[in-house]
Amino acid sequence: MSKRDTIIYWTGFCVVVALLIAAPLVLPPFWRRFCTEILIWGLLAMSSDLLIGYTGMVSFGHSAFFGLGMYGAAAALLMVSPPSLVLALAFGLIAAAAVSAFVAYFSTRLRDIYFAITTLIFSQIFYVIIFTWTEVTGGENGLTFKRPELGITGIWSTPFDNDTLHWFVLAVVVASYLILRRITQSPFGMVLQSIRENEPRTRAIGYPVERYKIVAVMLSGLFAGLAGVLYALQNRFAAPDFVFFLVSGEAVIFNVMGGIGTLVGPIVGAATFLLLREFLGRLFGEQFPYLIPLGFIFIAIIIFLPQGLLGFMRRWLNR
Amino acid sequence: MASILAFLQNFPFELFIIQTLNGIVTGMILALIASGLTLIFGIMDVVNFAHGELFMLGAYMGVIVLATTGSFWLALILATLLVSLFGAVMQITTLRPLVGRDPLTTILATFGVSLILQNYALWQFGPVARKINEPFTGHFNLFYLEYPYYRLVIAGLSAAIIGAFWLFLKYGKFGIWIRATMQDRVMAQAMGIPVPLVHTAAFAIGAGMAAASGVLFGPLVGVNHTMGLDWVLKAFIVVVVGGMGNLGGSILAAIFISLLEAYAAIWVNPSQAVIVSFVVLILTLLFRPTGLFVPTPK
Amino acid sequence: MNAPDTSADPLVAVENLHTYYGKSHILHGVSLTVGKGEVVGLLGRNGVGKSTTLKTIMGLVAPNQGTITLETKSITGMPAHKVAKLGIGYVPEDRRIFRLLTVMENLRTGLDRPGVTEARKHELLEKVFAYFPVLGERRNQAGGTLSGGEQQMLAIARAMMLEPKIILLDEPTEGLMPRMVSQIRQIIDVLHNEGVAILLVEQNVPLTLEASQRIYIMEKGMIRHHAAASELKVGDAVIKQYLGV
Repeated sequence: MSKRDTIIYWTGFCVVVALLIAAPLVLPPFWRRFCTEILIWGLLAMSSDLLIGYTGMVSFGHSAFFGLGMYGAAAALLMVSPPSLVLALAFGLIAAAAVSAFVAYFSTRLRDIYFAITTLIFSQIFYVIIFTWTEVTGGENGLTFKRPELGITGIWSTPFDNDTLHWFVLAVVVASYLILRRITQSPFGMVLQSIRENEPRTRAIGYPVERYKIVAVMLSGLFAGLAGVLYALQNRFAAPDFVFFLVSGEAVIFNVMGGIGTLVGPIVGAATFLLLREFLGRLFGEQFPYLIPLGFIFIAIIIFLPQGLLGFMRRWLNR
Repeated sequence: MASILAFLQNFPFELFIIQTLNGIVTGMILALIASGLTLIFGIMDVVNFAHGELFMLGAYMGVIVLATTGSFWLALILATLLVSLFGAVMQITTLRPLVGRDPLTTILATFGVSLILQNYALWQFGPVARKINEPFTGHFNLFYLEYPYYRLVIAGLSAAIIGAFWLFLKYGKFGIWIRATMQDRVMAQAMGIPVPLVHTAAFAIGAGMAAASGVLFGPLVGVNHTMGLDWVLKAFIVVVVGGMGNLGGSILAAIFISLLEAYAAIWVNPSQAVIVSFVVLILTLLFRPTGLFVPTPK
Repeated sequence: MNAPDTSADPLVAVENLHTYYGKSHILHGVSLTVGKGEVVGLLGRNGVGKSTTLKTIMGLVAPNQGTITLETKSITGMPAHKVAKLGIGYVPEDRRIFRLLTVMENLRTGLDRPGVTEARKHELLEKVFAYFPVLGERRNQAGGTLSGGEQQMLAIARAMMLEPKIILLDEPTEGLMPRMVSQIRQIIDVLHNEGVAILLVEQNVPLTLEASQRIYIMEKGMIRHHAAASELKVGDAVIKQYLGV
């Protein structure tokens, strides 16, 4: 990437981040919360981009990773007193990692369509388990809990108010983006992309493709779980609805709309989708089935603009 | 020895037979849904995520026709025809433009359609379940239960529809066209078979079969906008276990899985009995990924 | 290149064809003609683009540049099923019969066309069973159970069911025993006598020189030599140069 491009890229990046930092200070509470939600869903969609955009694997299993991250955090916040942020993060990430290892083991041995269906079915397996195991997971009603304090218990903490939560989420998402970017540009990331381009050839060259795929699924699952933890922190509840495969579907929609293989595309896709939903709701009333026109728009994008909204920037964003 | 005898004495034989019957009934309906799904996949490599919604659409059309005409049989026929037509339109507008592209795009496109259809149904009909009334009542005594004739009739009808489809495939020009296209799309074209038309027709047939199951099953489960979701998942499991694109396999798998679930329901909560199908899927993927009922993979 | 006289209106004319597979440029401007009822041979080593030429004519692959005409009507870019209906039959390199269909059903894929009477269908079947008695014997067997040679016969018979004006034959003798090879030779003659044109892609040089009226030789996606078959003999320098035999 030329010096000039690098400067433009990082300037753009800093501008966007600065705007997001300023958000809670200038926006009314509804919109501030809206921004935080966009960031969280964007993180989920970004995690799925690692698989779809970079490794060429369509996964509908992200709701399982997201949901388990959420429930893991819930477990930490409910079981340990006083509730600790660090533990919530730890439990959530471990739960997501365990689930993604499990799913990865079974599904990565399959190609394309079978992989997609299998991840979907696994998400449903977890949904059924969470939905019916009422004693542990609260079943249909889910779990509610209090927000922990920001910081490390015993060393330093301040209460999490809505503004600090937003900044915390922003920090986590920005860090995740930077880490994912580093990963996709590393030798590991190059192998993933080579798998996407031509799997048989990558295998023929001698790479243990299955192992790379398993790691990719686990990494993707980790970040999805992280999004789940953030969601739990923001909303203070966990519900089985989030483990239902439709959530994975939405993540994939955000991803494709924004542009796969770009990492920022999914966040833009999430923002577009949520903004459109808000806009349609205001224009036509709360009861309006906003998913109908959104569905049409989505299909139109697939047919006419398959690279997504940011697709044209894909090469540039990956330099 | 004594423990075996004790087991046999305590074994709920009557319940077992009742569940066998229930399993077969559910299995036949599932077979009808899965046949359409595997036909579509086998002929054009499309994983139709909207298939459950076509099932749901069929059920709702059944509700409407039944309400206006009072005839269940008319509802069955009209719902099947209308949804087939819709299927053809859907294939032409959203799937034909995607021919030759990454298979991911058709998964996403059909997923988009499923969202549209689900929300449309919710919007038009509301969240409360509707009922399709059974075309006739009457039951016979099966042990201590009064088993409705209707259940046996729908199983028979599903079997009849599937049988008719088999015959259609085996004899007649269009059957040959479909089978040839399923085996070798390129050579079928080179023989003058209008493959794009065959694809649309096959999709319409698959959609029609899903709609028919919706109407037939309506009286058993209640019609609402999420009914597609539960069944599409089961149907996908059946299709994978039976071997994707394998019509005979999916029928066997449907009955097999339904029977296992019915038996499991004797001992556990029905909503947990679905785990059975998940377990079968995992085992199939581990040991026989091309399908349980498919001869050893080449 | 002393190109033989092909000034009479050709049945099929291919002009400056460029075809790509993805990014690979396979055909670099191929031009050839086939006259009515003519047998034209297309020789060349493996991988020079002979099969791709046939596939492009058949409409199975779309060319990036160039034109294809059938009896003055342009069929460039036309989908294969329409090309077949217009009268071009295709017998691919690996036969590609429908393995799960019976012999009879395989033939019916070509036979079941609009405008063909039952009587005519019967006639065509009788004719093909006369040429290939083995197919008649095995008419209700699945295609996949036939031997290699029988499958080749079925592939040709199937194309004949279309009553085509020209048949594109891709390496029909590949992997066949000598007895079968001479049977294929006879079929080519029979078709020629019936007025069906043939574009014959082959690696078997002697057979091709015997059966064809004109020969094209391809190398690296282009036509390098064009001559009347009578002017070429096995062992000629030009044959050695492009085919290495």
